[in-house]
Amino acid sequence: MAVDTTFAGRVYPPGDVYVVSREKIREFAEATGATHPAHTDAAAARALGHPDVVAPPTFAVVIAQRTEAAYVDDPAAGVDFSRVVHADERFTHRRPLHAGDRVVPTLHVDAVTLRGGLAMVTTRVEIADEAGEPVATVVSTLAVRPEEDA
Amino acid sequence: MSGRPALADLVVGQELARRTVAVDRARLVRYAGSSGDFNPIHWNQRVAESVGLPGVIAHGMWTMGAAAAVVVDWAGDPGAVVDYQTRFTRPVPVPDPGHAEVEVVATVGAVDAEAGTVRVDLAVTLEGARVLGKAQAVVRLS
Repeated sequence: MAVDTTFAGRVYPPGDVYVVSREKIREFAEATGATHPAHTDAAAARALGHPDVVAPPTFAVVIAQRTEAAYVDDPAAGVDFSRVVHADERFTHRRPLHAGDRVVPTLHVDAVTLRGGLAMVTTRVEIADEAGEPVATVVSTLAVRPEEDA
Repeated sequence: MSGRPALADLVVGQELARRTVAVDRARLVRYAGSSGDFNPIHWNQRVAESVGLPGVIAHGMWTMGAAAAVVVDWAGDPGAVVDYQTRFTRPVPVPDPGHAEVEVVATVGAVDAEAGTVRVDLAVTLEGARVLGKAQAVVRLS
């Protein structure tokens, strides 16, 4: 099963609404050692001008990875997770995510290239609010090793 | 909140923050649960070895997140990080029993007075070897 390069350029229909919650932000912050009070204390977040607790800068990966599943879990795409290495990741925030946000992710497969046996797969998840205003962009590249590689 | 850094005080190359972060298997399980990334190479020794890894390795995104916390604490506002990118250049094996220690050093990479932003460059190492490449956070300051 090889990685199918014809998936490049594909845009998926918008995903389900993701509701950002205080408790999910708290869990994610604790797991990554993010102890800034604005992640967990609404008063501290409001003192900085935010409407509620603020997500860490990489929190959007939670939304992005579940959105990317529509592509990477598709057997036709040929992305075998036992042979995948995460190559790079980038977050661009028009504004931070905070508790209470209701956002809609849209998945783009920006590139699927073969490079000396390795397949490089770049996805982009555009996260917008329900009115369509952009919130954040998450770009991720996976390297997929060839099957016979040990 | 007072005490946030000011753009005018920053000099390229200046060290902003430094932190050593410990990671053990329990932390990886916690990250898996909080992020939804349940790839077994991050918690199952047998699976990790079967795909040619030295053992269980940390999620690259855990390392990226732990480094972000250093930037956020320095910046004084999680919302100030407007762009953050990295490459994952080397795995972080996490022993059991025990833990791995990742060191994060943040320095000023560039100052853009017009945009009101600073690029913070992150050197993230395990036993002296870089595990993240081109780890850069763009932070908005006033």
